[in-house]
Amino acid sequence: MRGMSARAFALAAAGAILVTACSTTGTPSGGGTGADQGKPFVFASTQFSPVTEQENMRKKILAAYQGASVDFVTDQSAVILNRISAEAKAGGEQQIGLVGIENGEFAQLVAAGAFEDVTKVADKHKDQKIPQDMLTLGKFGGSAQVYIPWMQATYFMVASKQALQYLPTGADVNALTYQQTIAWAKNIFDKTGQKKFGFPLATDGLIHRLIQGYFYPSYTGGLITTYRSADAATMWNDLKELWKYSNPQSTTYSKLQEPLQSGEIWLGIDHVARLIDVLKAKPDDFVAVPAPAGAKGRYYMSVVIGLGIPKASPNKAGAEALIDHLLKPETQILTLRENSFFPVVDVKMPSDLNKGLQLEADAVAKQANSKDAKVVPLPVGLGSKGGEFNKAITDTFVRIALKNEAVQTVLDEQAAIIQKIMTDGNIKCWGPDGTSTGACQVK
Amino acid sequence: MRTRTERFLPFALLLPTIAFLTLLIVIPMVQALLLSVMAESDGLSLDNFQRMFADVNFSDAWRNTLLLLILIVPLQIVLALVMALLINSRFRGHGIFLYIYAIPLAISDLAAGILWLAVFTERGYLNSTLQNAGVIDQPVLWLSFDNFAGILSAIVIAESWRATALVLVILIAGLQLIPRDFFEAADLFGANRLRRTVHVVLPLLRPSLQSALIIRTIFAFQTFAVVFALAGRNMPVLAGEAYTWYATNRNEHVAAAYAVVVLGLTVVAIIVYLRVLGLREAEVQR
Repeated sequence: MRGMSARAFALAAAGAILVTACSTTGTPSGGGTGADQGKPFVFASTQFSPVTEQENMRKKILAAYQGASVDFVTDQSAVILNRISAEAKAGGEQQIGLVGIENGEFAQLVAAGAFEDVTKVADKHKDQKIPQDMLTLGKFGGSAQVYIPWMQATYFMVASKQALQYLPTGADVNALTYQQTIAWAKNIFDKTGQKKFGFPLATDGLIHRLIQGYFYPSYTGGLITTYRSADAATMWNDLKELWKYSNPQSTTYSKLQEPLQSGEIWLGIDHVARLIDVLKAKPDDFVAVPAPAGAKGRYYMSVVIGLGIPKASPNKAGAEALIDHLLKPETQILTLRENSFFPVVDVKMPSDLNKGLQLEADAVAKQANSKDAKVVPLPVGLGSKGGEFNKAITDTFVRIALKNEAVQTVLDEQAAIIQKIMTDGNIKCWGPDGTSTGACQVK
Repeated sequence: MRTRTERFLPFALLLPTIAFLTLLIVIPMVQALLLSVMAESDGLSLDNFQRMFADVNFSDAWRNTLLLLILIVPLQIVLALVMALLINSRFRGHGIFLYIYAIPLAISDLAAGILWLAVFTERGYLNSTLQNAGVIDQPVLWLSFDNFAGILSAIVIAESWRATALVLVILIAGLQLIPRDFFEAADLFGANRLRRTVHVVLPLLRPSLQSALIIRTIFAFQTFAVVFALAGRNMPVLAGEAYTWYATNRNEHVAAAYAVVVLGLTVVAIIVYLRVLGLREAEVQR
């Protein structure tokens, strides 16, 4: 009898799990009115892959959307991009009506002519003041608008308030230089004996982005072209110095929010989404400030996610209506509240924003509005070579800082690896390196 | 007289296994071999192996994998043997011990790694316990990038905790296969517990020890989730490099080259085990 009831319970539980699982896999949103709003379509994105973020997207961000039925689908970058290009190749009318992917991911699909020109949609939203350089980024050097900016993210610095007393004299925490940051970390070490700077150096940490979008351009004004320059050598010697005052367990840090929260580190630069938990948990214990500046400026990396309409979209009017919904100020703020991506349109921040989000929002604004601020996009055009490119960059850090190899030798060797990637893939220069006709060249 | 059915029955019964092995082991293995010798564009080349050998992490990965193997496998075999003999002595409550020992088997290796990270990290359980007990003043950085011995010990401890139960289960099964009359005979000749273990149990347990060693060694070559969690970028291992080249660096050719190296090492290890611990004719016929 007991055995029977236990089995019945297990069956019921399994059934319940199954039902719940099914109900969370892409319940279509919108289309509630029953009026003729065109064919249902898929909104495919490489963003919001964590389950909670998917749920927020389906149940909250898309809740107020009244157009045709939409199925939000997200997966790893390669999966989504393959599906988009497969539908583009097949032509005619396919399933994906709208895509929401990162600028560099668009770049991989632009050559195939997979997207409609959305200049008209951009014109319609002129009053919302989407930054002009973001719109230009979305044209990929042509005249057609490939995507409409949707939301953005970036990286900035977080410091524990305990560290502020060790700030070097004359340094403004909101306008630090790399020299001052190193002096700060050194000062903490001298006074407390502890190494309190942190690098996101675990295998899934984003150290390569810091090197690509922050250190290199700020010191050398470039990335590929200046990879083995004298300025680069100066930069690496500085990083080597900073590493001396960095927590030696940094190699296990994938997101800096965890060591910041536990107090293992006091300072560090990381992606907004990898800092939000600590800022939400302890907003009174930390300050969020712009990333430091180097000799060539305060470069920061902007991650722009855009919305594009595939030529094979089954419902182009529906896709435009969804873009309108996603760009509404209230939807943009909802996206920030729920999934921590920042608005691209001009919005007035609500006063009841979560304290941690407010810290992030302020830091993002301060960073973008710094006098010497210069923006860098994520690497463009690398496609499947992106992984090896990131590895070449990270290996440079590991060899110089961790393994203590000679700076110039490492730079020459790693530059050769990077040059091969550029040449093999015929990848043109981007961002701080300017433009090139052929493959980008290390000088 | 044997009927036709009887003659074909063994083959028919083997068929599902052969189909299973072909589909899930042989075909992927051949594919990996092909991938590793195919150039990125087209045609055959040894480029992938050259890139693997030239890679910053290759020599470290090679050294670390062998080091972990040498440290972990013997330790686990000894531990599991002691635990198995303990349980097999059927003291009161031995069943509970088996359950406790088997708990780690139910935990995925990455989860186990993260669990041990929570123990060994700077503000982890180990340091806070030691600090509360007054043993240390400052947290000890067990997982510091320049503390190779610390990282290695943490991995050995975590791996032993996680996978010893696997060896244990095999050995207990082996122990239970030993007929009781052997023990009775030994008792009759006045053998004490130690002599009984050395002269009766261990020799009869050899087939199980052999399987346990082979399985554990194969897994040791595949270890990487625990290593990733505890050492991050600090301790590359061969299987971890194969994963990184495939998933992060997006080059399945170099990843396959690493996989081929792991395959080669595994085959060599198995041959050595079969030779050294090989069953003699007499034992097979027993």
